Amino acid sequence: MNERTIQVTVNGRHHERTVEVRKTLADFLRDDLDLTGTHLGCEHGVCGACTIVVDGAAVRSCLLFAAQMHGKEVLTVESLADGDRLHPIQEAFWEHHGLQCGFCTPGFLMTLLCFLRENPDPSEGEIREAISGNLCRCTGYINIVKAARAAAATLRGRS
Amino acid sequence: MRRIEDPRLLMGRGKYAADFRLPGMLHAAVVRSPHAHARLGAIRAKAALALPGVVAMIAAEDLGPIGRIPTRLGHRGGSVACLQFPLARDVVRYVGEPIAVVVAESRYVAEDALDLVEVDYTPLETVTDARRSMQPGAPLLHAAVEGNVVDRLETRRGDAQAALAEAGYRVREQFAVQRHTGVPLETRGLTAAYDAGTGVLRLWGVAKVPHFNRRVLADLLGHPEHRIHFVELEVGGGFGVRGEFYPEDLVVPWAAMRLGRPVQWIEDRREHLMATNHSRQQYHDIEIGFDADYRIVALVDRFVVDLGAYIRTHGVVVPELTAALLPGPYRIPNYSCEALCVLTNKTPTGTYRGPGRYEGTFVRERLLDIAAARLGIDAIDLRRRNFIAPSEMPYEVGGASLNQRTVYDCGDYRSAFDQALERVDYAGARADQAAGRREGRYVGIGVGCVLEKAGLGPWEYARVEVDATGHVVVYSGVAAVGQGIETTLAQVVADELGVAAEGITVVHGDSGQVPFGVGGFASRGACVALPAALEAARKVRAKVVRVAAALLEAHAEDLVVADGAVHVRGMPDRAVAFRELARAAVPGPPGMEPGLYAAHFFEAPRMTYPYGTHVAVVEVDVETGVVSLPKYVITYDVGRAVNPLIVDGQLVGALGQGIGGALLEELVYDEQGQLLTTTLMDYLLPTAMDMPAATSALILEETPTPLNPLGVKGVGEGGSSGAGAAIANAVADALAPLGVPITALPLSPDRVLALIRAARPGRS
Repeated sequence: MNERTIQVTVNGRHHERTVEVRKTLADFLRDDLDLTGTHLGCEHGVCGACTIVVDGAAVRSCLLFAAQMHGKEVLTVESLADGDRLHPIQEAFWEHHGLQCGFCTPGFLMTLLCFLRENPDPSEGEIREAISGNLCRCTGYINIVKAARAAAATLRGRS
Repeated sequence: MRRIEDPRLLMGRGKYAADFRLPGMLHAAVVRSPHAHARLGAIRAKAALALPGVVAMIAAEDLGPIGRIPTRLGHRGGSVACLQFPLARDVVRYVGEPIAVVVAESRYVAEDALDLVEVDYTPLETVTDARRSMQPGAPLLHAAVEGNVVDRLETRRGDAQAALAEAGYRVREQFAVQRHTGVPLETRGLTAAYDAGTGVLRLWGVAKVPHFNRRVLADLLGHPEHRIHFVELEVGGGFGVRGEFYPEDLVVPWAAMRLGRPVQWIEDRREHLMATNHSRQQYHDIEIGFDADYRIVALVDRFVVDLGAYIRTHGVVVPELTAALLPGPYRIPNYSCEALCVLTNKTPTGTYRGPGRYEGTFVRERLLDIAAARLGIDAIDLRRRNFIAPSEMPYEVGGASLNQRTVYDCGDYRSAFDQALERVDYAGARADQAAGRREGRYVGIGVGCVLEKAGLGPWEYARVEVDATGHVVVYSGVAAVGQGIETTLAQVVADELGVAAEGITVVHGDSGQVPFGVGGFASRGACVALPAALEAARKVRAKVVRVAAALLEAHAEDLVVADGAVHVRGMPDRAVAFRELARAAVPGPPGMEPGLYAAHFFEAPRMTYPYGTHVAVVEVDVETGVVSLPKYVITYDVGRAVNPLIVDGQLVGALGQGIGGALLEELVYDEQGQLLTTTLMDYLLPTAMDMPAATSALILEETPTPLNPLGVKGVGEGGSSGAGAAIANAVADALAPLGVPITALPLSPDRVLALIRAARPGRS
């Protein structure tokens, strides 16, 4: 069996694990670390449900291998809330009904977490483009865009 | 009110089918047919079983005498011979048909083993076009079905042919709707575990109709129903396709019982696109007749529906619904419709949000626009002349579906139509269109009037309880598919019991805690599950008051129920909390059934018929064929909106799917029956960029239904059903100067471009 040992920080916690080299990052997070908030909608990099943040960039965890994560810093949806206190992006999704079944939601949240850092005051068009790599089958996106604008305003107010 | 489901989903704490874990759990992968039609030979598992970590391979002969998967709705005698066995026997009839299941210690190993299973096939001639499948000489799918036509459904009102013969004007056209389907973001999945000591079989990850499916599984396995326990978990979208009884729903629990270890199966996206129900594919040949005043005198339709290779749980309900609701909101004195239900070597089909209505609305509304253009009358005026008036309610349409006659309960169709035109600023949009044409831009405006059905019974169950800590619990037989039903159930009960909705626990989809249930489909949650909860809460309220009256030594009529307690009117200190009441209620005052709980079965023998209008404003790029949507308006009368945020979310979310069906989505097969769209790069779902620049959903509450105590009509489907119609009419309107005929969906860029090029030959 072809295996590697990696050291990786996930949601602020350090892990040293031996993984099969073919194991995807998504499966590593879900099965080895029990972080099942990262969801798999297509496993071929289109739907964006598995989006997480690696070293500050939003990436698709279904298209990466766990073995590539040695020395990296990973954030998943489980990192957003502070205990039961929601992150402003989560709060905005709640307020604006930006989710229905919730399956795609973690991917949108992590995509927006990075996007709103890069672009704190985006236009509606910029938000639509930023989330165009994330598929949602329930909401029709309009409320997600509203939530993103509201979250941007809240985050701007904080900084 | 914000949804009570959301915090757990936002924090990644919701447990979906693939998030469920049990110690010692095995993983299943399905061997599927690569052929659209072939005779099955030997299945050799030796090499697969030799792979370390592979535990078993199960094929049809292992299952023994287990029978075919029965229908749930739309059952007709002729279709029994076409029902699907859980694993293929002798012949495979579509690409993706399950042949065997490999079970292994991990999903990775199970998938490795799939490649090592050897199956002998003798390919047979295939047929993928339903219109050809009906012709003499076409290869037969099932020996028992002559000519591949499983069923002919006939609907008649008056004498449509005679009326057509005498009509002042007649317009005939042919239309086609493409094969597409629900595609929830979460694929299907299931975990099963068997306790050999108690004989209890447990399943996690069930959806939609858990109680019905539990019975099906019990019957197929020959296992006592009470020893099967279904648990729903979170559901990542349903849209009609998830939660029906599929082959895997038998094989996975069977494997868990046989192997004595828990087994999990999670569908991948490629499997999903070929294994989960397809929908929508129909070919219509329709003719309409008008009198001299442009009033409809007759409608005659004959259509072919492509059911795929087997009859699944929906039987022939999609063509049935198409025929029942094709007349829509218009007064049509003479109507006839013949539906030909045809088999092909393609994935079997079922319902998808707005089944039959998405298709029928496109056909009818497009026909009206074409008729208006040919007769030289304004299409808006033509509709206004033909709407059924509120004074004609209840209105008998003349058809039937789901074992009930189509009788519209109430409605003001003209009002919803006029308000949609007002909201879109119809005159302004026409002026913009004229200005655009002068600039060489192709802007179009299209309407689609929707007549939906909702609230299918026959009943739903609810039980409401105040527990010994004073907390309120609602147990409902409905199933969640992401629609927010926990929130609305909590709202209705909260109002009745005077507690905060946020503090109510809603339990559903767990057969151990909810003994009866019908489920979550057909826009029935609000119309059937909420009234059941309301009535149960009323019974509990009566018990609350009765126990409080005894404790407070007061008359029931002097008591006020509020904030989780009961007090004597005008004396807030003379109060007793739910916590005390719940404890005192066992055994409670003489003559009262003990306990602060009550159950109710709400019966709904008739469906309700919500309605509305879609208006699409489009712009077509004639160089690329791309259709963009600057503006979109929906009006929809829901009788009463229990939670306007959720109603709006349903309408706009359904619109997203409707736009997908109008512009993007198509399950494409080649002539050999190979499915070409097996990834989300090939099967295109709408993104945020595909939604209209301005979207407006106007919720109307003008005609509460008399059919339930809340007056609610159900809202799951109307946001989708009109989208194909409105967008197609708008595209046709935009391209009217070029004379481009629009009679088929989807209006994807390649198709639009081909139509434009055909309409103006000689230009590139």
